[in-house]
Amino acid sequence: MRRFEFLIEWALFLCALLSIATTAGIIVVLAIETVAFLREVPIAAFLFGTEWTPLFATPRFGVLPLVAGTVLVSTIAMVVALPMGLLSSIYLSEYAAPRVRRLVKPVLEILAGVPTVVYGYFALLFVTPLLQRLLPNLAGFNALGPGIVMGIMILPLVSSLSEDAMQAVPRGLREGSYALGATKMQTSLRVVLPAAFSGITAAFILAASRAIGETMIVAIAAGQQPRLTLNPMLPIETMTAYIVQVSLGDTPQGTLEYRTIFAVGMLLFLGTFVLNLLSAWLRERFREEYS
Amino acid sequence: MSASQRAGGGAIARRRLLDLSFQALALVVLCLALAALGALIADVWSDGGRRLSWDFLTGFPSRRPADAGVWHALTGSIFVILVTGLLAVPIGVAAAIYLEEYGTRSLSARIIEINITNLAAVPSIIYGLLGLGLFVRALGMGRSVLAGASTLALLVLPVIILSTREALRAVPPSIREGSYALGATKWQTVWYQVLPVALPGILTGTILALSRAIGETAPLITIGALTFVAFAPDGLWSPFTVLPIQIFNWVSRPQAEFQVNAAAASLVLLALLLTMNAAAIWLRDRYQKDLG
Repeated sequence: MRRFEFLIEWALFLCALLSIATTAGIIVVLAIETVAFLREVPIAAFLFGTEWTPLFATPRFGVLPLVAGTVLVSTIAMVVALPMGLLSSIYLSEYAAPRVRRLVKPVLEILAGVPTVVYGYFALLFVTPLLQRLLPNLAGFNALGPGIVMGIMILPLVSSLSEDAMQAVPRGLREGSYALGATKMQTSLRVVLPAAFSGITAAFILAASRAIGETMIVAIAAGQQPRLTLNPMLPIETMTAYIVQVSLGDTPQGTLEYRTIFAVGMLLFLGTFVLNLLSAWLRERFREEYS
Repeated sequence: MSASQRAGGGAIARRRLLDLSFQALALVVLCLALAALGALIADVWSDGGRRLSWDFLTGFPSRRPADAGVWHALTGSIFVILVTGLLAVPIGVAAAIYLEEYGTRSLSARIIEINITNLAAVPSIIYGLLGLGLFVRALGMGRSVLAGASTLALLVLPVIILSTREALRAVPPSIREGSYALGATKWQTVWYQVLPVALPGILTGTILALSRAIGETAPLITIGALTFVAFAPDGLWSPFTVLPIQIFNWVSRPQAEFQVNAAAASLVLLALLLTMNAAAIWLRDRYQKDLG
C-alpha cells in the first residue's frame, strides 16, 4: 500500500516536471539552431544589420527590419488597447451596476476567443478597405489595419486584468475619498488608479508581450516585406510573420534559411520572456500590497 | 445668496458635469469595443453566409472556388483536437493534482508553478518551432496528426494545469478531512473524493483550453501542416490540415471567390467554438448547483 502511494506521488511529480521539460525543450531547440546560425553569420551583423534578405541570391541577415515591423505593429495595437481597455475597465469596475458587469464581461471575453486567423481576415478585408477611404495613400498591406485589429484583440486582456487590479483596491480608500467630497471620476483617477498602478502595469506588459508574439493577423494583413520603417502606411514584415513565410515553403533541414527561423524565434522568445517575467513580478508585488 | 456660495455652486455643477462626461466617455469606449465584435461577426456573416451549405461542409478542396468544401479541414480539426485532449488532459490533471494536493509547499513545486505561469504566456509560434525541432525532426514523427497534436498538447498544458488547480482549490477541505478520518490514504482521498467533486470544473477548464487550441494556426503552420491536403485524416501518422489553416490558405489568395470561402469557413470555425463554449458554460452551471 505504502509503495503504491509512493509510486503515485512520483508519477504525478513527473507529470508536473514535464512543464520544466517543455521550457528546457524550447530553449535547447532554439539554442542549437541559433548557435549553428551564428557560426555562419556574425552576431553583430544579425542584431544590428539593417537589411533582411535571407531568401535572395546575396543574402543579408540584419534582423532590424523585422524588429522594427514588430515594434511598429505592437505599438499601434497598444495605442488602441491601452486607453480603450483602461476606460472600459474603469467603467466596469467603478460605474457599472453588477448586473451590467455580469452581462458585459463574458461578451468582452468573446473578443479574446475569436481565432486570430479570423481577425486577420477582418483586418485585410474590412478594416484596411475602411481605412483606405479615409487615407487614400494606405497600401493594401500595411501596419495600421492589423495593428488596430490586434489592439481590439488584446483589449479584453487589458480590461479584465486591470479590472481585477482595481477590484482588489480596498473599499476603504474609495470611501475615504468620497467622504472628502470627491466625485466618482476623481476617486477613480486619483485614488483607485494610483493604488492599482502596479497591477495595471502588469496587465499592460502582458498585453504588449501578447502583441509581439501575435502571428496570424500580421501574416495575413501586414504584407511580407521586411522594411526598416516606422511608417504605418506601408507593407512590413514582423518576426512572427517571417517564421510563417518560411514555414509555408518546403525548407530543407540544416540550411541557413531553416536556421534563420530559429534565430528569429530565439529573439522573439527572449523578448517576450523578459516582458512576462516583469509582468509576473509586478503582479506579485501588487498582491503583497493588499493582502 | 452670497457671491462665494454661488461660485461654490458653480464649481459643484462643473465637477458634476465633468464626472458625467467622463462616465459617458468610458461608456462610449466600452460600446466601441462591443461594436467591433459586432462588426467582425456581421462582416464575416455578410461575406460568407450565403456560401454555407451542406455541400460546403462535406466538400473537398478544389481549384474551382464554387466547388470547394471544408470536410477535410473540419474532420482534421476535430481529430487533432481529440488527440490533443487525450495527450494533454491526463498529464495536465496529474500535474495539477501534484501541485495542489501533494507538493504545495516544496521548493520544486514553487519553481514549477512560476514556470507554468511563464509558459502560459509564451507566443504560440514558439511552440510551433519546438514541435518542428522536437516532434517533426528529432523524433521523426513527420508532418503527422501525432506531431501536430503533441505540439498543441504542450501549448494547452499550462492552461489545463492552471484551470484544474482552480477546480481542485474549490473543493472544501472538510471533504478531504472526512476521508482521512475514515482511514483513507492520500491517493484514495484524491481519487474517490476530491476528483469526482472537482470533475465538472476540470471539464469546463479543459473544454475552454481545447477551444483555444482549435483556433490556433501559427504553430501548426510552423511544424509544416500542409495547406493543401485533399483528404480527411485516417490515422495518427496521416498528414492533415485544419480549419484555420484552410482559412489562411483561402484568404491569402487574390481571387475574391476564395475569400468568400474563407469567410464561410470562418463561420464554421466560429460555430464549432460556440458549441464548445456552450458546453463549458452548461457544465459550469451544473457545477454551481452541485456545490450550492
